[in-house]
Amino acid sequence: MGRARHICAGMSSPPPIAIDRLVKIYKTIPAVDGISFTLRPGSITALLGGNGAGKTTTIATIMGLVTPTSGSVRVLGAEMPRQRYRVLQRMNFESPYVEVPMRLTVRQNLKVFGMLYGVADLKERIAQLGRELNLTDLLDRPTGRLSAGQKTRVSLAKALINSPDVLLLDEPTASLDPDTADWVRAHLQRYCRDRHATMLLASHNMNEVERLCERVIMLKRGRIEDDDTPAKLLTRYGRRTLEEVFLDVARGSGVESEAAQ
Amino acid sequence: MSASAEHVEAFSPRRVAAMMLRYWYLLRSSWPRLLDLVYWPTVQMLTWGFLQYYIATNTGFFARAGGTFIGAVLLWDILFRGQLGFSISFLEEMWSRNLGNLMMSPLRPFEFITALMVMSVVRLSIGAVPVTLLAIAFFGFNLYALGLALVAFFFNLMLTSWAIGIFVSGLILRNGMGAENFAWSIMFLFMPLTCVYYPVTTLPLWLQPVAWALPPTYVFEGMRSLLIDKVFQPDLMLDALGLNLVLFAAGVAGFLALLRSARRHGSLMQTGE
Repeated sequence: MGRARHICAGMSSPPPIAIDRLVKIYKTIPAVDGISFTLRPGSITALLGGNGAGKTTTIATIMGLVTPTSGSVRVLGAEMPRQRYRVLQRMNFESPYVEVPMRLTVRQNLKVFGMLYGVADLKERIAQLGRELNLTDLLDRPTGRLSAGQKTRVSLAKALINSPDVLLLDEPTASLDPDTADWVRAHLQRYCRDRHATMLLASHNMNEVERLCERVIMLKRGRIEDDDTPAKLLTRYGRRTLEEVFLDVARGSGVESEAAQ
Repeated sequence: MSASAEHVEAFSPRRVAAMMLRYWYLLRSSWPRLLDLVYWPTVQMLTWGFLQYYIATNTGFFARAGGTFIGAVLLWDILFRGQLGFSISFLEEMWSRNLGNLMMSPLRPFEFITALMVMSVVRLSIGAVPVTLLAIAFFGFNLYALGLALVAFFFNLMLTSWAIGIFVSGLILRNGMGAENFAWSIMFLFMPLTCVYYPVTTLPLWLQPVAWALPPTYVFEGMRSLLIDKVFQPDLMLDALGLNLVLFAAGVAGFLALLRSARRHGSLMQTGE
């Protein structure tokens, strides 16, 4: 029923993320150079690209942490960063470059973030996340004393504390063993399906992208180099894996180069 | 389960409470952090207290000006520790790489600032109350005997410490941890100029207007007037309050401008050096 409600709402609602001719220039260097894309509600999309391709800047702009030089970024209809407070309660993110405080216990961290996001029935929500992310036994341990994989699950719990409609993830399974990584992917997939949430993820793990994402946006030097479903990208580039496609795009030996030959 | 976005408060006491809870959990979990709050104020008070005790036994003036040094030390500590308490709570977010989480959350700058101000009072109280009691025990100097004057001194000094703390936090947001040193050292620029231990007339004439442009100068002059001449001068406190309001507004405006600049330059994503 919840899902149906979200789908109905999605029909008349603005797109979860709409980027139009986004440009971000740091001093004289363009980090993002006129990209446009729109995500549909409930979709899982990957943002791929090598180092310096513009993924982090794009995600930071969507989160409202960076002001665009020109163009617009709208999240759930709100222009970022100007109208960010209208929608920040409905978004969340996880990144290995940002940590939850290490001295606080897992429960204390989730309580603080739950209060910041105005989560109703917080005690129950923390217990629920504990069950879902296999954290129940760790809730009263200081976050800093957990293993890397456990910390990643805590960061994920923080990212899901407010049951966000828009979830931004940067390398969500970094430092996880294959079994836990697989389990996390399944959880994220289930979350997006059940809640009809929209997920944008940056990852260098091509297996992860192939498994999770229905759409892949490939960035290179701040521009969109390609944008399609994983299956169509494989066909177009004549490759068997996304990793090979990624290398083609990164090294400039892709479709355009072949066409030129 | 999701938080409603229909009504987003411009100022939420719940979010302020969340940040205070976060800092309280942190303090509670670390005895070195708690000890640090008391350690330096105690060392300072004892050093200056014994010095004053020695001078008072040798000169008639200082015998009359009983408590001036200890009073100055305790009031200086309110100013210094108030700013440091504000800045350290802010730095905790940088050290723990948590700033991105906060900047991406619905927490608003004024809520963040309010939580930092309240925590600076909490941290100061943890450090200052035991030290003031020690001052009574060791030197018979009762800061609380200043009564309402103490309230006026305290309020003015805290306003100054917050204004400086807010501005320094903006500098760190914009410039990263390279600006951390300002948090530790900026208040020492105020020490000679605000005439903590001597009257303004001690300064060269050309420097005196600078001293009178700083709110703490009025507090330290007021303290000396009270302790030496036994006269409380409310006009000094009102002048300090007026200047403090200007300084506080400037600190907040500076913070917001630096935050905007940090968004333009992408500094919020790079909170390292």
